[in-house]
Amino acid sequence: MVITVDQGRCASSGQCVLSAPQVFAQDEEDGRVVLLDEQATGQQVRRAATGCPTQAIRLA
Amino acid sequence: MRPIPTDRGDCPFDPPTGMADEALGKVRLATGDDVWLVARHHLVRQVLADTRFSSELDGGLRGVPLHAVRPEPGMFIQMDPPEHTRLRRMLTGRFTVQRMNRLRPQIEQIVADQLDVLEQQPRPADLVANFALPIPSLVICELLGVPYEDRQEFQHAAALLVDLTGSPEELEAGMLRLGEYLLELIARKRAEPGEGLIDELLDSGLRDEELVGIAVVSLIAGHETTANMLGLGTLALLQHPEQLALVRQSPETARTAVDELLRYLSIIDTVMLRRASIDLELDGQVIPEGDFVSCSLASANRDPALLERPGELDVTRPKTPHVAFGFGPHQCLGQNLARLEMEIAYPALFRRLPKLRLAVPLSEVPFKKDVAVYGVHRLEVEW
Repeated sequence: MVITVDQGRCASSGQCVLSAPQVFAQDEEDGRVVLLDEQATGQQVRRAATGCPTQAIRLA
Repeated sequence: MRPIPTDRGDCPFDPPTGMADEALGKVRLATGDDVWLVARHHLVRQVLADTRFSSELDGGLRGVPLHAVRPEPGMFIQMDPPEHTRLRRMLTGRFTVQRMNRLRPQIEQIVADQLDVLEQQPRPADLVANFALPIPSLVICELLGVPYEDRQEFQHAAALLVDLTGSPEELEAGMLRLGEYLLELIARKRAEPGEGLIDELLDSGLRDEELVGIAVVSLIAGHETTANMLGLGTLALLQHPEQLALVRQSPETARTAVDELLRYLSIIDTVMLRRASIDLELDGQVIPEGDFVSCSLASANRDPALLERPGELDVTRPKTPHVAFGFGPHQCLGQNLARLEMEIAYPALFRRLPKLRLAVPLSEVPFKKDVAVYGVHRLEVEW
């Protein structure tokens, strides 16, 4: 499984950082999602993808 | 046409009875406007994620005060992309999880000071006036960079604005007074920049009127909402003493409790409307262009498809993808600040006053009915 993020869609809500802080961070300038580990798996990652308000996180 | 339900029945924490009777159907608002009511979690998410359900309402509704006034410059909650995106992106970096966590020491201090104030009150004391309302107001001062000596003035102007019992003229007067104060504050900050959101935005190319709009949105969005969560959330925990004990004892539970209280109480339910910008399909029906759509966030948050035992408060639940902060590109910008305020304030209150209890029967607590954000007007407590 590989995680991809779409910064164009991201609304900087920070939900993914709350769900999986080891996998996602927020850009210091505009708060948009920064992917720290595209190979990460697990329930936290799935929760981050489901919880994203703009569906900017894809698992494939 | 079925009227939108407003009666909460026996439990004051439950959504109005009948709100979720239909997944999607038309209802009549108290103002006489007919709107589509969406009352399932997946449908609410679908509407709020799709900006073809526009946030630019262009008037069109009879009596909703927030929407009846023409959007002011900088009021990005009533804008669509790309203008919404432009303004929001200027702010999002200031509201990240990391940035909010840096405010923790200041918020802890504000909460501790306010607990001192509460403790000095004659008993029974009103938890709303002495705890729930001042904390978010002072936190917003901290965030925006309102100087300490101005805080009385700011809090007074803010109180006029969030007191929705006032007449439209009083609301207008409150808005004017706050706008004047903010313009004057911005002028002072241009001469001598300090620390805060306003100071950081001085060189962003925003006009002063837009800066005022942003400050006012921050205030409206962050004041009464968090205040009502602190008041109503405390009441909900007082009614569930075994869960209150968990919040007091465990910092981890204090964190999960915040999202569960947000979900369970859903103090903002059907307030934020959308308008179909073209004919749009939803749940097999066509929402014709120009029709208004109201999402019941409370119904979505108690949808059995979202979680088990939806009607139960369980502060140990893992965080659910609730929509208490909305969903989509307009999802609450200040949600991580709100979470932090609650995560600090609830356990601090229950630790400082371990014998905290309601001073009146639940039936005598004055609940906020018929206003945009649900909560309690007063909460008389003893300890």
